Amino acid sequence: MNAVVLDHITKTYDAGKVLAVDDVSLQVAAGELFGLIGPDGAGKTSIFRILTTLLLPDKGHAAVNGLDCVKDYKAIRRSVGYMPGRFSLYQDLTVAENLHFFATLFGTTIEANYSLIKDIYEQIKPFSGRRAGKLSGGMKQKLALCCALVHKPEVLFLDEPTTGVDAVSRKEFWEMLKTLKQQGITIVVSTPYMDEAVLCERIALIQDGRIMSVDTPAKVVAAFPVKLYAVKAADIYRLLTSLRGDNSISSCYAFGEYVHVTFRDEAAHDLQAWQQTLAAQGHEQVEVKIISPSIEDSFIRLMQEKQNAQP
Amino acid sequence: MNDKVIICEELTKRFGDFIAVNHISFDVRKGEIFGFLGANGAGKTTAMRILCGLSFPTSGKATVAGFDVYKQQESIKKNIGYMSQKFSLYENLTVVENIEFFGGVYGLSSAEIRRRSDRLVNKLGLTQEARKLVRSLPLGWKQKLAFSVAIFHDPQIVFLDEPTGGVDPITRRQFWDMIYEAAATGITVFVTTHYMDEAEYCNRITVMVDGKVEALDTPGNLKARYQAASMDEVFYQLARGAKRSAD
Repeated sequence: MNAVVLDHITKTYDAGKVLAVDDVSLQVAAGELFGLIGPDGAGKTSIFRILTTLLLPDKGHAAVNGLDCVKDYKAIRRSVGYMPGRFSLYQDLTVAENLHFFATLFGTTIEANYSLIKDIYEQIKPFSGRRAGKLSGGMKQKLALCCALVHKPEVLFLDEPTTGVDAVSRKEFWEMLKTLKQQGITIVVSTPYMDEAVLCERIALIQDGRIMSVDTPAKVVAAFPVKLYAVKAADIYRLLTSLRGDNSISSCYAFGEYVHVTFRDEAAHDLQAWQQTLAAQGHEQVEVKIISPSIEDSFIRLMQEKQNAQP
Repeated sequence: MNDKVIICEELTKRFGDFIAVNHISFDVRKGEIFGFLGANGAGKTTAMRILCGLSFPTSGKATVAGFDVYKQQESIKKNIGYMSQKFSLYENLTVVENIEFFGGVYGLSSAEIRRRSDRLVNKLGLTQEARKLVRSLPLGWKQKLAFSVAIFHDPQIVFLDEPTGGVDPITRRQFWDMIYEAAATGITVFVTTHYMDEAEYCNRITVMVDGKVEALDTPGNLKARYQAASMDEVFYQLARGAKRSAD
């Protein structure tokens, strides 16, 4: 059975003026680690709020563990854990008090499912007497995760848990998710960081309320329809400017130390000849190569295709 | 002529026993895109607040745009621009009202504000939206407007505090185009980010760890020194040893 089902879900705000979620359908299998990948305003939070029964969809049907998100809201609330994007614990309660409070809400105790949170909680235990509002960002995040897990949920919803978190803490957080997944919990996580997409089993790329692609990260990048070139030179901005003036180029954008390029007619392009052309244009230390696309390349490509398809 | 627009020597900030910024020293050159990286709690925000004239250091020296961080905070504020993801524009003012407001805060004359405002609105392609509330603009346009407003008074330096958080990958790149363009006109860009691919766009990068500057060099040299394929790896190698974690 699918742990999460969205069936043609649409959600608008402001009496229909703002279309937040536009006819979204997807399924998440039980035990899966599933990622919603997209920028702010893509509709990720609305989807989470519909699935956690905090928001009613305008149209469509949503279910969690076979329970209807509208009719069975009470049963869903007992069986899911939700970590909202904004820190939502009680700032003036201590770490231990917050955890105890959430355990009590769900009619359980911290001890009952301690094995589930043990690894994470032990890291913040030295600060158990500290008020949540006085914790660092990384520790707040760990406490919020513990509170979302204290009643041993079957499905865990994490809305941008790593936003604004540094690269080291982000890596640690994903390690924690892997461990939780091994314990059989279904995890739906959203992130604006495209590099985190590869850490999920399957992902949905979402933009302006619409799903652009749902698949495994490997298949998403394998679906990239053309060859992708990476080029760099000593002055990257000058390189970018001159590539933009080249009519044979279909798209070019900065990507780390390289510029990623796709051609309108790639058969006509020979790497060596291109490198010489660029050098002749006065670019120094030119390097060109063919590369495999990343999720971010795929996301950009899908966005561009969508924009081009619009009138 | 001195082309160093920021000079820090042994700059230190203590809060009681806690040394938030611990004897940091670096220079930033005119027109440079200078990336300021560090884990949460490394001391970036504290250092940036001092350089923006919002907080006094405990010891050490620093000048920003030629002005002293102890004695000339007001002159510093007039000569810099600032933008962050969290605060940049008033949502309930229109595009033009925001421009007029910030232009006024920075002491430009009404005539000058009008002249530059028209030019900016045209350049951004916001003619249709000029009288609309900023709240109604898509995030990407807001970002571009926020950056333009931050450099509206032609500051010597613009401080960008995680300017691209949560923005889609195309808009994020358009935003960096604006950064390159500003730097090409001689504005120095001091930028923090959690996106390691953006670190590659900087001319030079510092990585702060536990209040200290652990590394300072071009992205290429840093990658070579740490035998890393990407800035992400460099950052990870430097920051994973951090003892502190705070915001």
